[in-house]
Amino acid sequence: MANGILILAEHLKGELSDITFEMLGAGRKLADELHVPLHAVVIGTDCAALGSRLGLADKVLVVEAPQLEVPPPSTVAALLKSLIEREQAALVLVGWTNLAIGVGSVLSVRANLPYVNFCRAIRVEGGSIVLTSQLYGGKIFADVPLPGGRGIISVAAGAFPVEAGRSDKAATVEKVDLPVEAPAVSFRRFIEPEAGDVDITKQDVLVSVGRGIQTQDNITLAEDLAQLLGGVVSSSRPVVDQGWLPMSRQVGKSGMTVAPKLYLALGISGAPEHQEGMRAAQLIVAVNTDAKAPIFDVAHYGTTVDLFELIEPLKAALAERKAGK
Amino acid sequence: MNLFVLLKTVPDTVEELAVAADDKSLDAEWLRFKLSDADEHALEQALLLKEKHGGTVTAVALDAPEVDDALFTALAKGVDRAVKLTGDLASVRSYAAARLFAAYLKPEGAALAPDSLILLRSQAIDDLEGEVGAFLADLLGLPYVGVVTGIQPDGKNLTVIKEFAGGLRGEFALPLPAVLGVQSAEKPPRYVPIAKVRAAMKAVKIDTVDVSVPEPAARVSVDRMYKPEVAGRAQMLEGSPDEVAAHIVEVLAKSNLI
Repeated sequence: MANGILILAEHLKGELSDITFEMLGAGRKLADELHVPLHAVVIGTDCAALGSRLGLADKVLVVEAPQLEVPPPSTVAALLKSLIEREQAALVLVGWTNLAIGVGSVLSVRANLPYVNFCRAIRVEGGSIVLTSQLYGGKIFADVPLPGGRGIISVAAGAFPVEAGRSDKAATVEKVDLPVEAPAVSFRRFIEPEAGDVDITKQDVLVSVGRGIQTQDNITLAEDLAQLLGGVVSSSRPVVDQGWLPMSRQVGKSGMTVAPKLYLALGISGAPEHQEGMRAAQLIVAVNTDAKAPIFDVAHYGTTVDLFELIEPLKAALAERKAGK
Repeated sequence: MNLFVLLKTVPDTVEELAVAADDKSLDAEWLRFKLSDADEHALEQALLLKEKHGGTVTAVALDAPEVDDALFTALAKGVDRAVKLTGDLASVRSYAAARLFAAYLKPEGAALAPDSLILLRSQAIDDLEGEVGAFLADLLGLPYVGVVTGIQPDGKNLTVIKEFAGGLRGEFALPLPAVLGVQSAEKPPRYVPIAKVRAAMKAVKIDTVDVSVPEPAARVSVDRMYKPEVAGRAQMLEGSPDEVAAHIVEVLAKSNLI
């Protein structure tokens, strides 16, 4: 009977992503609870060495082929389907990431298994598996039982501790020969991040603006504040999509991951995609008129005062404090 | 190009979301529906491609609250044709939606025009599956790339830019026809005045196509829906703007940030 757990290890440019270890830690716990084997799958061009770092898995299955540098979701799904059958797996964990987008959904169709996206918790309840999925930008959670304990789970970054997935144990790596279909989508090249005027990942203070800043002109208000604090302005996705700030200033899933000493969030709702890029900041202060905004879940301090009413008094108070020193 | 853009209205998450009495769905009474950002970008990208490379854009949506407004707005922005698929759609999630779109785009026995390009949001925020594009591409046997931020047609092929993480992006090549999940258009979505939308409502009709929902519509079901309880919630600073500003300065001083 199918019962094992497979994890799709994620890697880009020769580096394993944190989500790999998050899934590995969560998968190990689940496998131990269910008394089933845990296997990690590494798919790529020359990736067996990466597999050796996944010691928490009972076995690491490596599929290598020249055309697998950045394979399209259908190719990865086809390989995983073969591995599900080969290993008699009941569950597959993939990352809710830009890289893996489409893998879980296509696999679920091909393997005829249910697919649950945006998962942030997995628990065993009376012998069956219940997933918690975050919907509506993290504002609503949904508990979803997996019928028969079988399915494809897409795991949100940050849902599980990275450290729990690391292990010094030597991994048992097995190279698996599988036919690789000629992908319809071919990878051409990486495009490195645009070098901006500042590197927001190296700043101690970020004043970050979101949709609540309303207009491009208002960004100068945040710049004034950033200058007083000795930092620079960063932003959430909508501000960059509007063309108000360059991509080099974007914090979040597709943008930069930052960990400044201070992250002052102005008018940012804090969707999971944004939190992914900033939750490691040492001190997070959030200003948002919506008391239910998810940003307050990761912030240390928050206020619902309108940011436009706050900026001037804040500048004045900062200037006063500086003058008093 | 034969462009399609698949649209969907979702609850505006800026508004308060309340869970309904059944504990399994949102309380519809308080919801305000609109296109998601990603849908706005998919629509904009379709219009940009049409303007640059010619062709037609057809907007297709499943019947849903406020969807007529969204389709008329799309028409006012420059879409050539708007199509609404109607039927008993209550239980339709991403996979079932993909099957409905697939049946509409490529009816049995028919073929998609070779220069067809189907654009839609990269992901939906309101669905347990959320990846209609990937499902649809698989059903139609077409190539798919998600999280796309740039599209360059070149005869029968496309070059697309996809985002990874940390500002890193990748360039991919694929043949037409294809399905692309759009994250951001190459330009911010255009604004269209309400008068133009009203004019579109008078001048153009939305085509309606009745569809029957394939079984099973859903493979998993929600046991319980709820608002997250968060342990690490922020300490909220209350008072006038002056008081809050003073408080923030205290916090920063305590952390040696000023």
